[in-house]
Amino acid sequence: MTDLKVYNFMGIRKYAVIFSAILLSVSAWSLYTQGLALGLDFSGGTQIEVGYEQPANVGELREKLAAAGFDNPVVVHFGSETDVLIRLQGEPDQKLAEQIVEVLKGDDQQIELRRVDYVGPQIGEELREDGGLGMLTALAVVMLYVAIRFQLKFSIAAVLALVHDVVITLGIFSLARFEFDLTVLAAVLAVVGYSLNDTIVVSDRIRENFRKIRKATAIEVINESLSQTLWRTINTSVTTMLVLLALFFIGGELIHNFAIALMIGVGIGTYSSIYVAATLMLGLKVDREDLLEQVEGELVDDLP
Amino acid sequence: MLNKFPLWKNILIVLVIAFGFIYATPNFYPPDPAIQLSGQSGAMVIDDSVLQKVEGALDEAGIDYFDGQADGESLLVRLQDINLQLRAKEVIQAEMGGEYIVALNLAPTTPDWLSSLGGQPMKLGLDLSGGVHFLLEVDLASAVAVRLEGDLQEIKTVLREERIRYRSFELKGNQIIGQFRDVEQVKKATALIRNSYRDLLPETTPGQNPLSLVLNLSIAATSIIEDSAIKQNLTSLRNRVNELGVSEPLVSRQGKNRIVVELPGVQDTAEAKRIIGKTANLEFRFEAQGKSGERFEFKTPRGQGPEAELEKKAIITGENVTDAQPSFDQNGRPQVSITLDAKGGWQMGHATRDNVGRRLGVLFIEYKTKLEKTVDENGELVITPVPYIEQHVISLATVQSQLGKQFVITGLEQRESSELALLLRAGALAAPMYIVEERTIGPSLGADNINLGVKSVTVGMAMVLLFMVVIYRAFGLAANVALTMNLLLLVAFMSLLGATLTLPGIAGIVLTVGMAVDANVLIFSRIREERNNGATVQGSISAGYDRAFVSILDANITTLIVALILFLIGSGPVQGFAVTLSIGILTSMFTSIVMTRGLVNLVVGGRKIEKLWI
Repeated sequence: MTDLKVYNFMGIRKYAVIFSAILLSVSAWSLYTQGLALGLDFSGGTQIEVGYEQPANVGELREKLAAAGFDNPVVVHFGSETDVLIRLQGEPDQKLAEQIVEVLKGDDQQIELRRVDYVGPQIGEELREDGGLGMLTALAVVMLYVAIRFQLKFSIAAVLALVHDVVITLGIFSLARFEFDLTVLAAVLAVVGYSLNDTIVVSDRIRENFRKIRKATAIEVINESLSQTLWRTINTSVTTMLVLLALFFIGGELIHNFAIALMIGVGIGTYSSIYVAATLMLGLKVDREDLLEQVEGELVDDLP
Repeated sequence: MLNKFPLWKNILIVLVIAFGFIYATPNFYPPDPAIQLSGQSGAMVIDDSVLQKVEGALDEAGIDYFDGQADGESLLVRLQDINLQLRAKEVIQAEMGGEYIVALNLAPTTPDWLSSLGGQPMKLGLDLSGGVHFLLEVDLASAVAVRLEGDLQEIKTVLREERIRYRSFELKGNQIIGQFRDVEQVKKATALIRNSYRDLLPETTPGQNPLSLVLNLSIAATSIIEDSAIKQNLTSLRNRVNELGVSEPLVSRQGKNRIVVELPGVQDTAEAKRIIGKTANLEFRFEAQGKSGERFEFKTPRGQGPEAELEKKAIITGENVTDAQPSFDQNGRPQVSITLDAKGGWQMGHATRDNVGRRLGVLFIEYKTKLEKTVDENGELVITPVPYIEQHVISLATVQSQLGKQFVITGLEQRESSELALLLRAGALAAPMYIVEERTIGPSLGADNINLGVKSVTVGMAMVLLFMVVIYRAFGLAANVALTMNLLLLVAFMSLLGATLTLPGIAGIVLTVGMAVDANVLIFSRIREERNNGATVQGSISAGYDRAFVSILDANITTLIVALILFLIGSGPVQGFAVTLSIGILTSMFTSIVMTRGLVNLVVGGRKIEKLWI
């Protein structure tokens, strides 16, 4: 009757569990031992971006600044050879930026002050708290919504899948020492949104199939549902990845990490909506009984 | 199952498309570089005669301009070349003098018919326009302390006048504590304070020392002081910002004790920071006579003098100053001419009437912050900003006669006198403020960000459009039309709502482009499935749309929840991301469900078709 190929996704769920467990424990270990490389937004401090006309030698600049009495300046290229980013734990002195430009100007080089950021320590701390709180609120509200729209087991599975995605994304950021700033936090929350999107579409189909296919085990129903939504899952991931690649390569240095976080998140999210959420549902022993209690009239079964 | 839309739905689609075009259009008109001129006080009339003067100056300097307009309060002259904007500003400022504020501006070129419909281009965030952002924290505790200190001095005077004897009266933290020799005096003092100082509540705890009187400021009074301190600081900051001559500045309160200042398009950021960050106040106090005063360093342009001892109570503060202008005395030495408000003038007159021959000191108070490094118990270096106050006497002159509303301060350098005049004119601060966050974005970086953003939207969009056509063919085209419309609607809504576009906001648009096709992918996959299951062409289209709807709705609502939370916890740029994401989700629901359905219905609806190009 149907020529849809049903893949046995759940057949390899043991491997998925092992794979996820490894990723999760490595992430958790890295987050616990070395934490995130917090960007200026969260750590506080001063950061100055200057543009040179010719490629600049950051080593030389570092020495120059150290010689001028600046404490442990971090000097790195930012996006291109001619752009330099300087980070200081310095005081928010009125003339700091001018002093630095004066020191760096050197003999014949013209430099342009592109950006100065100063974030006080108390602001950084508040942002850290707000960020963590926001993340937890988002997960809690989403869990509530899914529990109301679907059912508690779906909701638990969906939220655990989200936690899985967030922890691994953060873990990779921690391992790779990518800078974690406000835009990355925004990206991680967007990952929550995206991954949830995926999980809900899959869950929706699982719910529908549980009601439709009467004589099948939970594993069969889930496999069928995952296979039915597989192309949609892949195509949506591809279009999202395409735009993220555009952001990554063209969007400029300021949203580089934003794009990276989303790419990691979309990748992990796609994997987790197929394997993690469904495996968790099986683990929670989801079956037809769970869905029969709340019969909603919106899905009319009009198939022969 | 004919797949036909009722007429009203088709009309709705057409109307929405028209709406999108109208309100997105203003963004395609690039703004003109312009110079804006306004007066320092609202009473100044800026009419065509002023405009002629400005235009004359520009003619003389050989700067091309057009479309000069004066409306009585301000005037705007548009320039041909953005590179001449700074020079034009200098030329005009030189011609018009210091009583006019000359600001750089970008004048929108929205055609009249569009602006009459409320059409306007999107606002750009600081990361796109360039400019300065400050977050200042107001030290409310010290505003309360100033008030308590004033009350303390008054109470002492009143008690002496009433012959109520006390051993000591002093300020400890947030409490005024008095010590007496006998209970009778405590009772008298308590009664007096209860009558005359209703905001000060005598503490009555059982078992307290009967010879001491502890006074607390009431909660209501504290919050009134705090509130008015913030308001006063806001006003002062607004005045200072106006002196800087920035178009469309933002000065607003954030939370309980913070103030945000945003100055878009500022070229000279160092100057802006100097004026905004300068948190100074003045106090006029008599030199102390015998009684214990406070000692301050005496700093004059000619170097440091000996210390000066001033009374603890100020006669007036900078708050009472209504005008201050730098000028020169007969000998050509710089001075500041000060005009006081009625209350200040009265107080000054009252205080100096009986004190001719005494010396009057001007105390200059600056609020600064330093970072203190300490090592906490975990051995980590902790850096905390510690506010501190720098005070010194800038002038100590003998009062020659009773002072009134107008007088001069001498003994300053020229630069000092003009800066002091500016700070006094722009208003004093009721409480010290400290910069807790500062972001400066150079104009070229802003322009770069716009270019990069537009480029990534274009490229990302092109790739998605191509992908959809390859995968879903004819239906892909319908989705592409919807996607393009989605972008148009998103821009239209952002413009109409006056939402601010930021760099993360552009990233949000790009992400929306990628995710908005999800709904169509869902629908089309479903249609394919229905076809494979043997449904008819029309039946499968109808079922595909109906079945996918629930999934789309659930998925989008949850994303909307996440975007809302992001908006609530985020600041500036991140909120921009949340806004574009939310609006994008809403518009994409319409375009990908209703609009593609309309298109599909138009093409295949009601016909007998055997094969679907999907």
